[in-house]
Amino acid sequence: MIIDYQELTTIARRLRRHIISMVGAAGSGHPGGSLSAVEIVVSLYFGVMRLDPERPDWPQRDRFVLSKGHAAPVLYAALAERGYFPVEKLNTLRQLGSPLQGHPDRKALPGVEVSTGSLGHGLTVANGMALAARLDKADYRVYVLLGDGELQEGMGWEGAMAAAHYKLDNLTAIIDHNHLQIDGAVEEVMSPEPLAEKFRAFGWETRTIDGHDFSQIMAALQWARQVQGKPAVIIAETVKGKGVSFMENQAGWHGKAPKAEEVERALAELGD
Amino acid sequence: MDKIISEEGVNVTKIATREAYGRALVELGRQDERIVVLDADLSKSTMTAFFAAEFPERFFNMGIAEQSLMGTAAGLALSGKIPFASTFAVFATGRAYEPVRNAIAYPRVNVKIAATHAGLTVGEDGASHQAVEDIALMRAIPNMTVVVPADASETRQAVQAIAAYDGPVYLRLGRPAVPRIYDESYSFHLGKAHQLRPGRDAAIIACGYMVNEALQAADELLAEGISAMVLNMSTIKPLDREAVLAAAATGVVVTAEEHSIIGGLGSAVAELLATTRPTPMAMVGISDSFGESGKPAELMQKYNLTAEAIKAAVKRLKSI
Repeated sequence: MIIDYQELTTIARRLRRHIISMVGAAGSGHPGGSLSAVEIVVSLYFGVMRLDPERPDWPQRDRFVLSKGHAAPVLYAALAERGYFPVEKLNTLRQLGSPLQGHPDRKALPGVEVSTGSLGHGLTVANGMALAARLDKADYRVYVLLGDGELQEGMGWEGAMAAAHYKLDNLTAIIDHNHLQIDGAVEEVMSPEPLAEKFRAFGWETRTIDGHDFSQIMAALQWARQVQGKPAVIIAETVKGKGVSFMENQAGWHGKAPKAEEVERALAELGD
Repeated sequence: MDKIISEEGVNVTKIATREAYGRALVELGRQDERIVVLDADLSKSTMTAFFAAEFPERFFNMGIAEQSLMGTAAGLALSGKIPFASTFAVFATGRAYEPVRNAIAYPRVNVKIAATHAGLTVGEDGASHQAVEDIALMRAIPNMTVVVPADASETRQAVQAIAAYDGPVYLRLGRPAVPRIYDESYSFHLGKAHQLRPGRDAAIIACGYMVNEALQAADELLAEGISAMVLNMSTIKPLDREAVLAAAATGVVVTAEEHSIIGGLGSAVAELLATTRPTPMAMVGISDSFGESGKPAELMQKYNLTAEAIKAAVKRLKSI
């Protein structure tokens, strides 16, 4: 477990470089929502989660469900940096035969807990994992990362209702609240606001933080562990495309790959 | 709800497959702690209520939320449990189709989808509740196994067999009490058809409720001098190719199912025969329409899901 924010920042930069490089090499993919989630994913994989990359199926591991599966690049980058597979493999993203499928495939890549990509599923699957932990009297935690646009799916709210009903305090949801989706601003396409009030009404504890500030993320993840008798959701205010000036806050970079020249510019901005 | 629950241990001739399912779950729950059951507010109808009463801590009512039902079942399975997720067939395969496809079948998660109230024999509730296309939907999904037991005894064994099998399964069950076809000496094998009658002039391949109609048709045909084989094709996917090809050797094949003729058992048999051994065929099933309200027997009569229809189909093919 790393609590040195400087080191986490360094890892975050590496993940951003991987995301840009691999999506650029693939020629397609989702950079915007991968970049917005970097600090959240780094905090989980390098900060708080109990993991053993040598044993991806270790029963006592904490589980991470990337419900917004299109952000696969950030998950792959984290898994590679954490030692689940060689970093060199990242550039096979989306190629025929690669375990790095366009959206995460648990059968193809050890370390991926749930095959996601169809929005709305993740929370319900995480609920099942949290219920199983309770049945087994196991103390692992389940983390699920949701998109804000994803919360337009009705299935997510079925899951929100169930998590509260079953008092899943071994589950933490994090919303990557980057305010953009394919067709534009989330609030304009179909507003899920007010998010915190909605989750509270569904029976959750909520906390809103800056999703790029490690001290706030780590503190919120710690807070979530203390919540008892309820699930907790961290609403992480983020910037889509974070870290690459020309991608920041641009809906157009939701699902578009940077060209070679743009990859260079982005990497230069991110630094080594 | 209907009152056709039998007393356990009492020898009744007609038992609903859903009731046999509910009782088999309890038996299974006693044998294996990994068994968990989920329902979507229909536990008294799907009969998972028996399991809920004995194992409340392993039963999860997800409310009227079938997508959550399937997603949660997937999560439990990914954590080592063997979940049986139950609701009516129309909701299990329709409302929750996409979670079944993407959260269960694609990642090949070990979830058993046990859906009751399939087909027209739902009766009075009408078309909104009568799944006539559920086999087609489930059969089209890669990794999915599809099982349609014919009676209580076969259901009981099928529940045991699918629990022992590692992978997603769709188990199709019915609402009404159905006649006993098998006694306890019968042995169900996943992926294997069971020949109930030998025959040399024609073959009837049936599943579920229609197996009994097929037997009746075969008896009547025999009295008229036509020897018809009867196959109970309780596993529709993977299809028992050997058994279908053996049936085709009679020269005439009639399929019978309480399902649309589009995409069900008849289609599965036709796909195989058309590409390997073209054989004159007829399909007894629902001909591309929804059902309606009525008594189950009235509906089966109106939609030609009868021994009479099977018999007529065999004779028609024999006269060509």
